[in-house]
This record gives sequence, structure tokens and C-alpha cells, in this order.
Amino acid sequence: MGNPIVFGILAIIAIASALGMLLSRNAVHSALFLVLNFSTIAVLYLILNAPFIAMVQITVYAGAIMVLFLFVIMLLGAEQLRGVRGDWRGSERWQQLLAGVLTVTLLIVFAVVLFQGGGATGSGVTAVDTSPSALGLRLFEAYLLPFELTGVLLLAAMIGVVVLNKTKKRG
Amino acid sequence: MPEVTIDWYVALSVILFSIGALGVLLRRNAIILFMSIEMMLNAANLAFVAFARHLGDLDGQVLVFFVITVAAAEVAVGLVLIVTIFRTKKSINIDEIHLMKG
Repeated sequence: MGNPIVFGILAIIAIASALGMLLSRNAVHSALFLVLNFSTIAVLYLILNAPFIAMVQITVYAGAIMVLFLFVIMLLGAEQLRGVRGDWRGSERWQQLLAGVLTVTLLIVFAVVLFQGGGATGSGVTAVDTSPSALGLRLFEAYLLPFELTGVLLLAAMIGVVVLNKTKKRG
Repeated sequence: MPEVTIDWYVALSVILFSIGALGVLLRRNAIILFMSIEMMLNAANLAFVAFARHLGDLDGQVLVFFVITVAAAEVAVGLVLIVTIFRTKKSINIDEIHLMKG
């Protein structure tokens, strides 16, 4: 499942960009760090023999969704809102402590579960066809109903956005 | 040289998920909150793809496809909610959003 050195470099970039997203004060910088994070994960998908998912990750996540985020940030001028000044450094002391404790607990629980598994046996080398056509066949045969429900969900989201964004006519 | 196993990917996924959770708990900017949620979804996706590779099964990748679709819909609705709230309250600090009615 990949070269350890390549995996290490990618993991370090992913974690560092995630921390950058968390810690940077400017919302635009956060969004750009998140784009870097998504791109790194797309490379990991390529290593994991999932080329179609990797391309979807880049076009949909790093492309469409993050452009939407940047649009909203710049539309609102949110990088210099008054609420942001006191952001996270201004939140109360006990809130920060509680968040830290909860996150450490989460990590410990995950680590216990991970190590109780006793480690995986070998690297999954089962050859399986992961080409886009194979994925599409699976999608339209075994997962046809969920696929159609997804279409309905997207339509509902679209109508919801249009309705919510409607402004009252003045005068 | 050690071999990269599924454990490495799951560990990376766990770390990214925890950073996302920390972001949701710590930050007060609603947009950053949404970005943290996206990061948690991404961590789950990484675990899905790693297990799909490990087990030699395509179903994990199909599930990731659905997760990405749902995330796109969720972001669209969430961002329009933020824009609407910003229009009335002139703020997206979640501490100041505590009324159901403007």
C-alpha cells in the first residue's frame, strides 16, 4: 500500500495543513490550507488504487466546494468580521480546556481500538478492478436506488438554497 | 524498511478527524466550523478507501462517492444559512447566534 517515505511525507503535509486550517486567523488562509489538505488526500487515494475517487476529490472538493467557501468568505468579508477578532483566543478558558480534554479522549479511544486489533495482516494486495467503468457498473447495478435518492437529495438541496436565498422585495 | 499497512492509513484518518473535531469545539467562526466538518468527512472517506483497498472490495469507494455527494449538498445549504443569518445579524460568530427568531 505504498512507499513508507512517500506516505510519511504526505501524512506530514496533511496534518500540517489541517493544523494550519485550525490555527490561522484569516478565514481565506484557512480555506487555502484546506485545499492543500484535500489535494494531499487525493494523492493518497491514487496510492490506494482509487483513481476515480481521487479525481472526484479534486474536482468536487478542492474545486467546487472550496470555491463556494471562498465565494462566501469574500462575499461576507468574513476574514475581518468583528466576531472573528475574539475567535478561539477569546473563547473562555474552560471551553478551551474542555475541548482539549475531549479531543485527547477521542484520540485515546481510537488508539485503544486500533491497537486492540493486533495490527493488520499484510498489505491488501487483492487485485480488484477499480477503473471508473467498474465503479460505474457497481453504482448502477448494486447501488441503483441510493444513487437515485442522491439525485433527489441534490434537487432538494438546490431548491432549498434558492428558497432560503430569496430576499423580500422592497417597495 | 517497514511496510505501509492499513493501520497507518487509519491512524492518519484518526488524527485528521480529531483535528476536525477540535476545530468544531474551539473555533467560533461559522465558516471555519463548516470547514472542520468537511475535514472530518474527509478523514472518514480516507478510512473507507483504505479499507476498500485492504479488503479488495469496491463497495468502499462507492460509499465515498455518496459521502462526497451528501457533503456537497450539505455545504450548499449550510453556506446559504450562514449568508441569511449574516444578513440579519451582521455576524457569523456562533456565540451570538442564540435566538430562533432574528
